[in-house]
Amino acid sequence: MACFIVPATEAIVTTIAAKVMEKKELKSEAAADGETTVSMPKTSFSRKLKWLRNLLWGGSVLLAFEHVWHGEVVPWFPFLTAASDPADAAEMLHEMATVGVCMALLVTAVWAVMVGVSALVEKKARAAQTNE
Amino acid sequence: MTLLLTVFAAIICTILWYKHAPKDEMKLSVLCWMYWGASLMWLVDAIFEYAELKAEYFSPAGADMLNDLFLGLSVIALGLVIWLVILLIRDPKGVVKAALFKKKD
Repeated sequence: MACFIVPATEAIVTTIAAKVMEKKELKSEAAADGETTVSMPKTSFSRKLKWLRNLLWGGSVLLAFEHVWHGEVVPWFPFLTAASDPADAAEMLHEMATVGVCMALLVTAVWAVMVGVSALVEKKARAAQTNE
Repeated sequence: MTLLLTVFAAIICTILWYKHAPKDEMKLSVLCWMYWGASLMWLVDAIFEYAELKAEYFSPAGADMLNDLFLGLSVIALGLVIWLVILLIRDPKGVVKAALFKKKD
């Protein structure tokens, strides 16, 4: 009914967080410029956050299209057909709380695994470089 | 059907992206993120639907399957259109820029 709203909201939050994080990283990079010599570049957290942002935005947009296809989202107020009827609205909120939250959680969990694996790969590559 | 089509689209795009990685001149990563994100979300949708319908979930009516097939193909087409717009705006090869500023002989 409107389950895509939950991951779409997370996508908005992630987009803002990635922007803020990127600015902070650029500032700290500029401050540390020339002070340290890093042998192997590390994937920044803002870049990793962008992976999550891309997954969430991509999925939300295509899911929103599916809702338009099924007539659950319309281009006029209140935009969600279920919102005009109290009984349907309650069902919609229940779906958002169950399916929508699970969608956001699964995407975030997959992203967390990706971040973990990438950290492990980076760690191994750095260890191999120091052993050489 | 929609989930299946999106998963196949995601797999094909990931293979194509990997073939050209680390170069991403065609911005294939955009397609990968989009289709994988949608696949994960539809997977959750499918799990909830399966919990409700049980075995009936795997034997949908012909009309429903056809509608899902059209929806899946439309979703893939929409993803491709979004990717094309992003590709032309970002213009990593500078093709659009070169065409716009091309001087007549």
